[in-house]
Amino acid sequence: MSAMLLISVVMGIAGAATPILIAALGELVVEKSGVLNLGVEGMMLIGAVTAFAVSVHTGSPALGCLAAMLAAALSSLIFAVLTLTLTANQVATGLALTIFGTGVSALAGAPYVGITTTRLGSIFPQALAEDPWLRVLFGHSPLVYLGLILTFGVWWFLARTRTGLVLRAVGEGDEAAHSIGYPVLKIRYLAILFGGAMAGLGGSYFSLVLTPMWAERLTAGRGWIAIALVVFASWRPAWVLAGAYLFGAVITLELQSKAAGFNAFAPEFLSSLPYLATIVVLAVISAGRRSAKTRAPACLGRPFRASA
Amino acid sequence: MLLAAPLVAVALTLAAGAILFTLLGYDGAGAVRSIFVTPLFDPYRWQDLLVKAAPLALIATGLSIGFRANVWNIGAEGQYVLGGLAATDVALLTHEMEGAWILPAMVLAGILGGMAWAAVPAALRTRLGVSEILTSLMLNYVAIQLLYYLMRGPWKDPMGFNFPQTVLFSASQTLPMAVPGTLIHWGVPLAAILALAVWFAVGRTVAGFQIRVVGLAPDAARYGGFRERATVWLALLAGGGFAGLAGALEASGPFGQMVPAFPTGYGYTAIIVAFLGRLNALGILVAAMVLALTYVGGESAQTAIGLPAAAVGVFQAMLLFFLLAADVLVRYRVARSAAHGAVTPAAASAPAGGSAAEPAASKRRQPVEAA
Repeated sequence: MSAMLLISVVMGIAGAATPILIAALGELVVEKSGVLNLGVEGMMLIGAVTAFAVSVHTGSPALGCLAAMLAAALSSLIFAVLTLTLTANQVATGLALTIFGTGVSALAGAPYVGITTTRLGSIFPQALAEDPWLRVLFGHSPLVYLGLILTFGVWWFLARTRTGLVLRAVGEGDEAAHSIGYPVLKIRYLAILFGGAMAGLGGSYFSLVLTPMWAERLTAGRGWIAIALVVFASWRPAWVLAGAYLFGAVITLELQSKAAGFNAFAPEFLSSLPYLATIVVLAVISAGRRSAKTRAPACLGRPFRASA
Repeated sequence: MLLAAPLVAVALTLAAGAILFTLLGYDGAGAVRSIFVTPLFDPYRWQDLLVKAAPLALIATGLSIGFRANVWNIGAEGQYVLGGLAATDVALLTHEMEGAWILPAMVLAGILGGMAWAAVPAALRTRLGVSEILTSLMLNYVAIQLLYYLMRGPWKDPMGFNFPQTVLFSASQTLPMAVPGTLIHWGVPLAAILALAVWFAVGRTVAGFQIRVVGLAPDAARYGGFRERATVWLALLAGGGFAGLAGALEASGPFGQMVPAFPTGYGYTAIIVAFLGRLNALGILVAAMVLALTYVGGESAQTAIGLPAAAVGVFQAMLLFFLLAADVLVRYRVARSAAHGAVTPAAASAPAGGSAAEPAASKRRQPVEAA
């Protein structure tokens, strides 16, 4: 009995962690290139509503995920043009993107409220995926495995590939990178588009896996937690993974306590736990590591305008 | 030049909004007309406009102080809720009492409540270097859960048929009308007066000068002996105080009680108001009217042409997008002409840079265009 509970807790943690993990990995790459995009929450919502709508109309949740990546990447293009080409303030533009994504997703999603769609299915045979014990390995959504692969992929790309090195160079010293001939803006454009696609994919998890339905503000601030996670992880992919699963645990604790009718705490307190935990974790991390700032990409948030 | 960007942004928003909503299958031109034009010809809507502009102007005034100093308080929504809750707390404690002192006490409690909520990101930023962007935003979610908790349990009106709301405030807890027979309560003139007072204070006092210097040139500020910590505290407490004041006025005015639907997004919209108003008092008052129009017009468009409530958010976001773009184009021209001689005022139009991990970027460059 308690082993079963443990298994369902593990499943819950992986499920709750995955959308935050995928979105945070995208934001990590964006920030490594020296850009701060605070629009993650808005892009996730755009991804969530697109995934749901496409899945309803085509009957294919997988197609929904792809469409979510495309739509969210398109929305991130607005951010990229404003902040890179027009050198607008990144904080304000990111906020605008979140407000935009919240509004557009609510508007586009209005006809879809209250209906349901096919859940994104397992990639393993049913016997494995639904086995009471083996489901802890095989019963997850494909996006859970993808999140793990992406963690490794992003680490490998940043640490082991030439393009990744250039991307980091652009984030650490845009003028130096520019002066030796690297296309600063092009790399930042691509990074932002990747971040957008990942936020969209993370968003699709909400409407196709967690609850196969659409509601306004479905992502409930998880995009902001993803941004916080990047800071918490000091811009290291493996730490993003650890952090995402830590938050997954907090969220699962919240849901399991509510489900079990555990009422030592008010449900509203449990609902605010992920946000309180984010604040506490950011504070602890900053207190423990005085040199927090030195780990941030040196050009983070600064506009770049090519001189000559 | 100062006015060019906001005017261009509003015009582009109307045009793009009409196109976007047509593409989405609505009557695009009709949507723009019923949000931005029709309410202006209705005297009753004008009252509503002023009532909704007041909290926006108040919150934006507080935020503009922070934005000038490059302090990014995006937790005004939570600070507004806490202001409303603190005022409600006083109202519930004094419900059996009467007296002219009750309302000021509620307002004072509201200001302190908003400040207390803003003090958390201020303390974390100044003591531990935690980005105020993330902490202030997270607290919005916490504030709303706190509101739900109080409405569901401790503060619920026992005679209220189990609705999650407080008792109606008494006469001495309700904000009187500034113009009898209208919706216009005393919060409306107060918002205008305070916006102008802050403008004066920031422009003419040493504290205001310090805020502007810290925002524009952190290195120079340090060199000049201005303390960044004090500025961060001042900026966040001002933002929280004004948002809390707005919350107290809304609770004791238009709402007249506390309900779960109390947060209406004013804290987020006020960020757009502050930018559209160029962080300047007169500008903020005009911008508050423009954004209030999206609320008032959005409501009438819902009933008139069935436009979803979310359309308002889309218009607001587009306004901010276009403003940021137009702003840069205007700034570009200033910088370009300045390249021929004088010092560029380029960065003055909006606080540049600023980031999660490196709040006051010390190595910021002036965006001068080398022709």
